[in-house]
Amino acid sequence: MTAGAGATAREPTTTDAAGPVLQVADLAVSFSTERGLLRAVRGMSYEVRSGEVLGIVGESGCGKSVSALAVMGLLPTSARVSGSVRFRDRELLGLDDPQLSAIRGKGISMVFQDPLSAFTPVYTVGAQIAEAVRVHTETSRDQAARRAAELLDLVGIPDATRRARAFPHEFSGGMRQRAMIAMAIANDPEVIIADEPTTALDVTIQAQVLDVLRTAQQATGAAIVMITHDLGVMAGVADRLIVMYAGRPAEVGSVDQVFHAPRMPYTLGLLGSLPRLDAAAGQPLTPVEGAPPSLVALPPGCPFAPRCPLQVGVCVEVEPGLDPTSASDHLAACHRSDEIEAGALGPADVFPVPPPVEPPIAAIPREERPVVLEVRELVKSFPLTRGALLRRRVGTIHALDGVSFDLREGETLALVGESGSGKTTTVNEILALAAPMAGSVVVLGRETSTLETSTRKETRRDLGMVFQDPSASLDPRMPVGDILAEGLRAHGVAKGQRRRRVGELLGLVGLDAGHVSRYPHEFSGGQQQRIAIARALALDPKVIVLDEPVSALDVSIRAGVVNLLQRLKAELGLAYLFVGHDLSLVRHVADRVAVMHLGRIVEIGAVERVFGDAAHPYTRALLSAVPLPDPRRERVRRRIVLEGELPSPLDPPSGCRFRTRCPLFVAVEPERRQRCVDEDPMGRPQGEDHLAACHHAELRNRG
Amino acid sequence: MVRFLLRRFVGYLVLVLIATCLGYLLAASSLDPRSNFEGRNPPPPPESVDRVLSDLNINDKTPVLERFATWMGGVVRGDFGRTIGGEPVLDEMGRRIGVSLRLLLLASILGGALGVLVGVVGAVKQYRFSDHATTLFSFVTLATPVFLLAVLLKLGALQLNRAAGTTILYYTGEATPGLQGSWWQLAVDRVQHLVLPTLAIVLAQAAFYSRYQRNAMLDVLGSDFLRTAQAKGLRRRQALLKHGLRTALIPMATFFAYQFGLLLTGATFVEKIFGWHGMGEWFVDAVNGNDVNVVAAVTVFAAALVLVAGMLADLAHAALDPRVRIR
Ligand code: SF4
Ligand code: SF4
Repeated sequence: MTAGAGATAREPTTTDAAGPVLQVADLAVSFSTERGLLRAVRGMSYEVRSGEVLGIVGESGCGKSVSALAVMGLLPTSARVSGSVRFRDRELLGLDDPQLSAIRGKGISMVFQDPLSAFTPVYTVGAQIAEAVRVHTETSRDQAARRAAELLDLVGIPDATRRARAFPHEFSGGMRQRAMIAMAIANDPEVIIADEPTTALDVTIQAQVLDVLRTAQQATGAAIVMITHDLGVMAGVADRLIVMYAGRPAEVGSVDQVFHAPRMPYTLGLLGSLPRLDAAAGQPLTPVEGAPPSLVALPPGCPFAPRCPLQVGVCVEVEPGLDPTSASDHLAACHRSDEIEAGALGPADVFPVPPPVEPPIAAIPREERPVVLEVRELVKSFPLTRGALLRRRVGTIHALDGVSFDLREGETLALVGESGSGKTTTVNEILALAAPMAGSVVVLGRETSTLETSTRKETRRDLGMVFQDPSASLDPRMPVGDILAEGLRAHGVAKGQRRRRVGELLGLVGLDAGHVSRYPHEFSGGQQQRIAIARALALDPKVIVLDEPVSALDVSIRAGVVNLLQRLKAELGLAYLFVGHDLSLVRHVADRVAVMHLGRIVEIGAVERVFGDAAHPYTRALLSAVPLPDPRRERVRRRIVLEGELPSPLDPPSGCRFRTRCPLFVAVEPERRQRCVDEDPMGRPQGEDHLAACHHAELRNRG
Repeated sequence: MVRFLLRRFVGYLVLVLIATCLGYLLAASSLDPRSNFEGRNPPPPPESVDRVLSDLNINDKTPVLERFATWMGGVVRGDFGRTIGGEPVLDEMGRRIGVSLRLLLLASILGGALGVLVGVVGAVKQYRFSDHATTLFSFVTLATPVFLLAVLLKLGALQLNRAAGTTILYYTGEATPGLQGSWWQLAVDRVQHLVLPTLAIVLAQAAFYSRYQRNAMLDVLGSDFLRTAQAKGLRRRQALLKHGLRTALIPMATFFAYQFGLLLTGATFVEKIFGWHGMGEWFVDAVNGNDVNVVAAVTVFAAALVLVAGMLADLAHAALDPRVRIR
């Protein structure tokens, strides 16, 4: 049951004569827990060759990271590991720490997810990379330090010799991830395992890091095992894919096979639940109901059966093996994969798709609908202070610098942009319902700066809020009923009425009204977010601020929550202010979008306009960095990779704040550039409901 | 970095000054040296009591601020006044500081080192026998009041001496009074006296530190950077020492420095029980004896120690955590 017979490498960088460098067979990992034996990995087999990229996708808890740590021998001693991991011709399972440490970092190296915590805070980045060099080869300190600087230079860190002397916390997230890659390739490894290397990075940085990973692979010729929960990223990166579910592969094949001819319902569900940048808005996503099973005491049969619309009798009795489909190198673990193939079933054929919902108000032209939230020339700055005993001001961070937009009834306005662009500050300023530093915020016709205590409370009723992480925003000591009733009580709703409303709310978000006395931890992540949405709805608000409402959720669960939000908006006539970094999702949910950069809105307008014919070079770069879940299109796509990172908001560049990274600035004639340097661009109309703040937006196709 | 330390130093200095003033005012207003004389039989004539008290600048008939000004004037010139017995405070303090240092310097260092070691072992072997054993040791020790611990040690030494048939461990004083002999014999005698009180302090300190170190180390053990260190090829032990312990020591350094500062005046019980005439003992005796000038001097000393400890802590922190240096 090896999954690598006849690799279909995208570019034949290897000859078949060269055997696989890493072979994993029947790998199983279990942990004993208080609730019983947790079988984290239940039989995983794969092989990778030099120059090949193997992708492993799956949701949290599916065993993908555990299997990688098992290969590295880095699991805690409490883990029981069986099967076989062969590196070249050497069996790794069962080796002791000294033997393994000779291979780790040299034969097989690893790039970890969160690179801030993955670097030791008290040593410089350069020293940590040099250490990796010196562990494996006799090198003098100087030589190792020079090598570290070279490696940092290779992964695109400017001024590498100097930056090598910086500490991890002085690097930005993207730079740290580059440094992490530099460390991983320090000893020319034959295999690089990258565990969620781009998670939590902004799209533009993600694109850069993926590029660096490619460069690193070219420099070392290594095989890459890339692990991620983001199926979309894989399309442009991997040669072959393993989709994992409940501790074992559910489907294995080349990227084209998996993306274009999936044979297993879970893969179909994942693909269908992905919002796509290149799809028209409005069509609901295919949700996969339910949640992944617990790996303690897994019932017999197919682990996906409880969520599978194609489930038949045999599914709950016999767990399907990972068997070849009609193509021998395309394997699927499903009793009905033949039928899926014969019927050429797609996601929408397998999973019930809710009918599209159109809010009745959408029939009324936008200009005639009432404005529910208006932000005018909003300004916010923070003093930057130094010193412990005597604080002194060393500068001012202009977090928001003249932000204006309006939100009308029944529509969704999305705020997008990289971290540090001011999205969250905007939301916080609105939610504060206080007088802003400058500019104004008007909620349902009321200026926040003029609110009295009583009217502020009134206004708060009209403004709901859903945060990113439901487990953090729900009080774990309160039963769900109380969580939902809290706001009602604060606004003086009578007891009997409260109870009725709570039941109603639970029904509204698709939860069982009988669950009122349960505590948040008894619910899955998706259900918790539904509770948070119900809480936001409790007082019948007109506007709901959604701050990354689904980004903490697993992919298959997201679609259900997104569909719910869309339905609620239509049924209740809500307006959403949606803050998000996932542009594909924004494309799917938003009616209008505002692109923020360094405390400014650089482009705003109807989503079809902004995404379909982006006028600002920054928007264009953002969009081009978003991976498409489509390997064929990914291959022919031209990407605008932004150089460098967001400039410091302490001291933004003169004129146009984007000019230090602007590809159009580089492309236009020098005499035009001068204008970018001298003059701060204002928003200019680019068509109906479409503004962009760029002097040369008309020349955008050059950038 | 230097500016950072300098700023901290100024900060500490202000704190020391405030503590000194408050300490003096508190001692001067709450202690009643006059009662020492009134209890005598026959009572000395009030005029002569007044004279003696005024002479020592502890007469409660002088306004307290005036006494404070006089005292402060002396302190600035390095004169801490005289004890109620008429000796210069400074001379006695010098002697006492020496005694305390001889006892506590070694004990603190050993206690800290042992605590770190025990904590690290406990963390690395979490939930195994050595962890349970060290946890038990530290909780029992922490739950035992120091004076009980000291008395128990004394009893243990008694048994030991009896079993050996000769005195191996002494439990009173710093040295055998009047002992004559070579420097070697004198040194051995001092060590024999030192063991018990040192042990009492070491055990208490180690138990205390080990709990903190264990927690700090556990945090680090679960950290991603330790895994990274191993992933690049360091052996587990190397990774633990170079990346784990180093990081886990940072919070301990601060802690250790302050603890030492407090200990110098806080080892009262141990000094009392083992008959060492150090600062802790002096302070308690002075409070009992209404010796205002001594109490004030000890307060100044304690405050100064906190200053030194704070600076040490900052230095140690900067040495271990280079991120501080570039601030
Ligand atoms: S085996 Fe059955 S339940 Fe499992 S995925 Fe296939 S059809 Fe669905
Ligand atoms: S104004 Fe100039 S620098 Fe700014 S985005 Fe447009 S072309 Fe680029």
